[in-house]
Parts: sequence; structure tokens; C-alpha cells
Amino acid sequence: MLKIKNINTFYGQVHALKNVSLHVNAGEIVSLIGANGAGKTTILNSLSAVTPPRDGEVIFEGVSLGNLSSDRIVEMGISQVPEGRQVFKDFSVEDNLELGAYLRYRGREGRAAIKSDIEDMFSLFPQLSTRRKQMAGTLSGGEQQMLAIGRALMAKPKLLLLDEPSMGLAPLVVQEIFRVITALREERGTSVLLVEQNAKAALKIADRGYVLETGKVILEENASDLLENKEVQRAYLGREKKEIWER
Amino acid sequence: MKIWDPLHECMPREDLEQLQLEKLQATLNRVYRSVACYKKKFDKAGINPEEIRSLDDLAQLPFTTKEDLRLNYPYGMFAVPLREVVRIHSSSGTTGKPTVVGYTKNDIHTWSNLVARFMTAAGVTHDDVVQIAFGYGMFTGAFGLHYGSETIGASVIPMGAGNTEKQIMIMQDYKSTVLVSTPSYAITLASRMEQLGIDPKSLSLKVGLFGAEPWSEGMRKEIESRLFISATDNYGLSEIIGPGVAGECEFKCGMHLSEDAFIAEIIDPDTGKILPRGSVGELVLTTLTKEAFPMIRYRTRDITSLDYEKCACGRTMLRMKKTMGRSDDMLIIKGVNVFPSQIEEILFAVEGCEPHYQIVVEREGEMDILEVHIEVTENIFFDEMKKQKGFVEMVEKKIHSALGVGATVKLVEPASLPRHEGKAVRVIDKRKL
Repeated sequence: MLKIKNINTFYGQVHALKNVSLHVNAGEIVSLIGANGAGKTTILNSLSAVTPPRDGEVIFEGVSLGNLSSDRIVEMGISQVPEGRQVFKDFSVEDNLELGAYLRYRGREGRAAIKSDIEDMFSLFPQLSTRRKQMAGTLSGGEQQMLAIGRALMAKPKLLLLDEPSMGLAPLVVQEIFRVITALREERGTSVLLVEQNAKAALKIADRGYVLETGKVILEENASDLLENKEVQRAYLGREKKEIWER
Repeated sequence: MKIWDPLHECMPREDLEQLQLEKLQATLNRVYRSVACYKKKFDKAGINPEEIRSLDDLAQLPFTTKEDLRLNYPYGMFAVPLREVVRIHSSSGTTGKPTVVGYTKNDIHTWSNLVARFMTAAGVTHDDVVQIAFGYGMFTGAFGLHYGSETIGASVIPMGAGNTEKQIMIMQDYKSTVLVSTPSYAITLASRMEQLGIDPKSLSLKVGLFGAEPWSEGMRKEIESRLFISATDNYGLSEIIGPGVAGECEFKCGMHLSEDAFIAEIIDPDTGKILPRGSVGELVLTTLTKEAFPMIRYRTRDITSLDYEKCACGRTMLRMKKTMGRSDDMLIIKGVNVFPSQIEEILFAVEGCEPHYQIVVEREGEMDILEVHIEVTENIFFDEMKKQKGFVEMVEKKIHSALGVGATVKLVEPASLPRHEGKAVRVIDKRKL
């Protein structure tokens, strides 16, 4: 579904991604793990053309995303849920969701379809349905995260880019968010590219994962194998802290 | 017939190449960081692994040889700290120090599944009883097939090598359905059964998985007709992973190489240049999944060719021809390249020839002399000197026309050549002594 070959992304002089290649198959949950600054978010931002790569290929469903702008990429079927939710705080929950469908107003679909999708989001996140008219800024962190995911889904993506959905959330809320991500794949076939600090939780729901280090991919494996990988455990899963010794 | 991992084994080539590129880039980034030997080699060649952008770029990288493994004996080539290694094996190493290889828990898991692939392709299912007549110990062969069988869910009899009569007894009593051994040992078993008056048809055997040494199509026919089984070939070497690199499917038209785990190249053993698709040359392998012991462009010294045509079984993985010998086993006789397997092929074609033979090369003055010693059987007429002479001349003529080099054929007493219960010693090159 998504194939990335040798993308290089720069922040000014900083070479943030060095010939990164990866792929996501239809219906797959793929997790990107790595330390801060390894380039995980940069990969998502390169895909959504927030920070377009300088070179390399991005092929989505057989079409090159080469020089497409962010809005065209959303139209192609890729939606991003940015790090830190970034909901429109002074807008109501409903309006936030409707804004997620902004590009769909260009098409021939009637408002009715969009309205019904908003209701669909409320059934996916029942917690939000009691707060339809409330300003998004007054929601709890977990609710804002649900809203941010709902807003991205309103564009009817085939591939969802999720950036740190568990950040700053209570464990029970994190569980709920991850349940929804799994349900999206199971029930709607949405593919997910997931960036997570909480590598263990991410790998538990993912099919495959890529480990990044200083802008490079250093490992690609099944998620279950990555969970077993001692180096991954030590570096990203917080195990064996007391036992670090090297050859 | 069932395919163990259809998602990977039947992958469209385009997806496969994407996966190979991703895994290659990740492996190179990892070895450059963690294995001093690779860092040194890449730096010396002026290559930064970050700059590898395609599978074709692999050709720029330096080769890894057995010599590198010896220089880094024992743990120098490991890419993870030893405490992450759950298994250590070593290769047979007939000359010099053995080479040491390691596996992480994940490597063992990957290995088991790769073996399960070719065992399934050969027809093994969870209903089978697998008798493993490979030596356990440091040799990877037995363990690989052992794990593969267990992964499939078959019952394993970890018999080990040798003790032929006991092997046969267990085969009869435990009703083994699958035999795992070297091809030459399968012949040894067949001959012993004949001596003991045991009819192989009375056994439950149906499939044989043979590896660890090169063998010919003639030998396959012989094993199949004497043991009444389907004999399949598989390929692997401990430096890469052990058995599980490649194995035959039911069509027996080459061994499917697990390309999602290994990248195969064919080079000219003399120049190191990559040869065009389909050429015969030395196999070079790069591992894509190994955690503990990644290998970059390892020169296997095995001579073969690769076929990328689609196979009738549905697998998309390329097919590797039976190995024709080793680039370092290759004999240069009077300037002509001769592989022992070519001679073996001729001997099988000649009716009445037991596959016990030895090739002896000597030098008289400046002349190379090739001798082939063949054990005679009752099929060959002893009493009539004339017929015997005719037979010898016929074999000599066939060798000469196939190799372009003359050979002297000598008939020797039955069972006079050294018997081997492990790997066969087929060549004695006295020129080097």
C-alpha cells in the first residue's frame, strides 16, 4: 500500500533522515520505535509533506506522492494525527470533527454524508458524544486525543499516521486509545503507521516494526520478534537497566 | 502441496525487492555500528552504508571470506554482546581453526521457520516421524532439521550420525517416515539393508531430506529407487544460518532460496565480478534477518546458478541449482577446470557402478595425472578380463569426452575405499602434499 524508498529529509543543514526505506501493507499496523531525535516524527511529517523529503520515492497505492502538497496527500487517503493532539481549542467538538472533513466539501458528497460520519465518530468514541458542543480546549487529555483521531478519520483515510497518541495520558486512557487503533484496523481495514514512545504497548498491537537510530533504520522485524530483541528491550522497553555491561 | 509461509514464499518480486532493500539497509547500518571488522572493511573501501540506495549497490561492498571469520575467531564477528546469544555453533573447519557462529533467540526462531519451509516443500507434515541421522554437537545440520520438524509439529527422533544397524532397526520399529542425512549415508543405509536382507519397501519411509554435501541427479535416482522414497535436496551453511537457506519443492527443479532472508549473487570466483543472470559461478550470500551473526557478501565457495523463472509450485523465490562443487574443490587438471561432481555424474550414468569412488590427482614431472578409483560390484564382470577392460575403457572414454581431460580408471576391491558416515572425502590431490 505504502512504499518509501531512500527518503532524505533535512531541517536546514541537519540531515534528519538518511536513505530511509519502509513499507506498510494494506490493513497492517506498523510501529516506528527509537529514541528521541531518531527521526520517527520526521518520517510522518515527510509522508504528509509537512517537511517534504529532499529526494527518494514515496509510492502510495501505486501513485508517487513526489511533489504533492499536504492537502492533496490527505485527499489521496493519508491522514496524520499530530503529536500533542493540536485540536482547535476554541472550537466545539463537533466543529473540530467537521473540519476534519474540510477537503470533502470539494467533492460531490452532500453534507448529509459528513453529518452521518460525525455521528459515526461519536459511536466510535462514546465519551465524546456527551461533549458535542463543548469547546475542545476544555476536554481532558485523553478526550482530546480521541478527538484528534476522530478528526483525522473524518477525511476517510486508508492510512492513518499516528504520532505519540499515548503521550501524557493515564494508563487506562492509553489502553482505550490502543483498543480503538486495533478496532479501526479490524473493523474498517485502516492501515496505521504508529510512532510511540511507549514502544512496548505499540509493539503489542503492531504487526511489524522499524527501529530507528540517528535518522537511519537499523532493524526491521515482526513486532513479536522486536519485543524479544534484547537490544530493543534494553534501549526502548526499559528492561535490564541494572545489567548493562558490554563486551 | 502445502506452503509453510505463503505470505513470504509467494511474495510478488516487487514487494520482495522493497523488503530486501529495507532489510539490507538496516543490516548494513547495524553491522557498521556493531562489528569492527565490517566498519574497517567498509571504511577501507570508502563506503558509507548510509549511502546504499539499491540492491545493485550491494556490489560495491567488499566480500567476507572464511579467512575473515578465522581472523576474528572466536567472537569478533558477532553483532550483539555475547549475553544476547543463546546458541553457539561452529563449522566443520577441516583446515585451520573452526569458525564460530552465534544465534539470538530470534535467530533460532527465524532459522526454525526457514527449515520448516523447505521441509514442508519436500512433503513433511505434522503427521510425520522424522529420523535425524546427522551428527548433533557443533554441526548445525541436525539442530536445524530438528527445530524445523518440531516447528511443523512432526515427531523427531534425534538419532545422530552413524550406527547404521541401529538406524535401520529404529527405522523399522519406530516407523520413521522421513530420513534426514547426507546423501552418501542414504546409500550406505540402502546397502546395509540389502546385506541384512531387509526390504526397504517394508519400511514406512516416504521422504528423504539430504544435504551437507553435493550430490548428483544420478545419486537421487539411485536413492529413490533403492529406498523407495522421494529424495530432496536442501542447502545451507553454518556461516549463513545452517540448513534453511534453500530447499527443493515437490517439482525438484532447483532449490527455492529464501530471498526474504538472504540476498544471493553469483560471481566469477577468480575476478569477483557479478555474472549475468543464469550464469554458473560462485554463490555469494548476504543475510537480512540475522541478529547475532550477520554476514555481508559471504563467499560460500559453492558453485551453482540461479533461476528466476516462476516455479509451478507457486513460490516466487528463485531456484538455486544443485551445487556443482566448491570453487576451492575445483581441480585444475592440465589447465582444465574439473569438478568432482562432474565425474560423479558420469559414474552414475554408467550402469553397474556403485557410487563409491575416489579421485586421485598426482603430478609426474610437469604432467597432471587424473585417476578415478571405482569400487567394483558383482554387476561388473570380474572373471573376464576382456569385459573388465572394456568397462574401464568405456568409463575413461566418457570422462574424456565430458571433461576434455584424460583419466585413468582403476577398479578396486569392493569396500576397499574408506567408508564415511559423515561427509565424503572424494578427492585426494597429491600435488599439494
